[in-house]
Amino acid sequence: MTTKALVESIDATLYAPCAKDNIDAFYVGDFLSRVMGKAPSGCAWITVMNNINVAGVGVLADVAMIVLCEDVHPAEDLIERCKTENIGLVSTKLSAYEVCRNLK
Amino acid sequence: MTSIKQSYIVDGNDFISCGHASEAVKRTLKELGMPSDLIRRVAIAMYEGEINMVIHAEGGVADVEIFSDGVKIYLRDHGKGIADIEQAMQEGFSTATDDIRELGFGAGMGLPNMKKYADEMEIDTEIGVGTTVYLGFKVR
Repeated sequence: MTTKALVESIDATLYAPCAKDNIDAFYVGDFLSRVMGKAPSGCAWITVMNNINVAGVGVLADVAMIVLCEDVHPAEDLIERCKTENIGLVSTKLSAYEVCRNLK
Repeated sequence: MTSIKQSYIVDGNDFISCGHASEAVKRTLKELGMPSDLIRRVAIAMYEGEINMVIHAEGGVADVEIFSDGVKIYLRDHGKGIADIEQAMQEGFSTATDDIRELGFGAGMGLPNMKKYADEMEIDTEIGVGTTVYLGFKVR
């Protein structure tokens, strides 16, 4: 799906723009090592984790976009890092389950 | 065969900068035009090693050697050592504390991920002395 459609479908707030126009792979999880072990390259990663290491994992695992759910608002350093690394960063009030339900 | 050697100090008290060495190596590999699959495997496995050194060993040193057809990484620390390597290699086993887990680490996937992404892995450990993890990667 297009990144724009994804953001709209979960009524998300954009904090850092995504470098990719389309995202076709997704991963849900909060344990960072699980994400690095399983998340596909170029995916949108749906999580409630909110710290600078989330960006680090995003960089190393080639994540295209981080979706913070359950109304988690990103820390300032996470926003800045995502902008620097061209990783999309959005926040939504929906739960991880509800985000996934909206993906098409 | 010519190679590029890099050495990084991993600060044991700094979760914020944790990953800088892996990211630097990733950048170098990109600049050298290495295959993206190799770059991703090296970056993830090395980051796991960095995290382990911060969580369990108060830091250490990462020595990286880049060849035209692969990468060798030696992660050396002077931490407490690994009591049972077989157990430590099991997915989900972790001795990390709750505050580490709250940061999203300590899932017990560090060493299994390193094994998954590297082509060669050797662990040399001694209780009370430290641990050296060797990771070898080949262009596939």
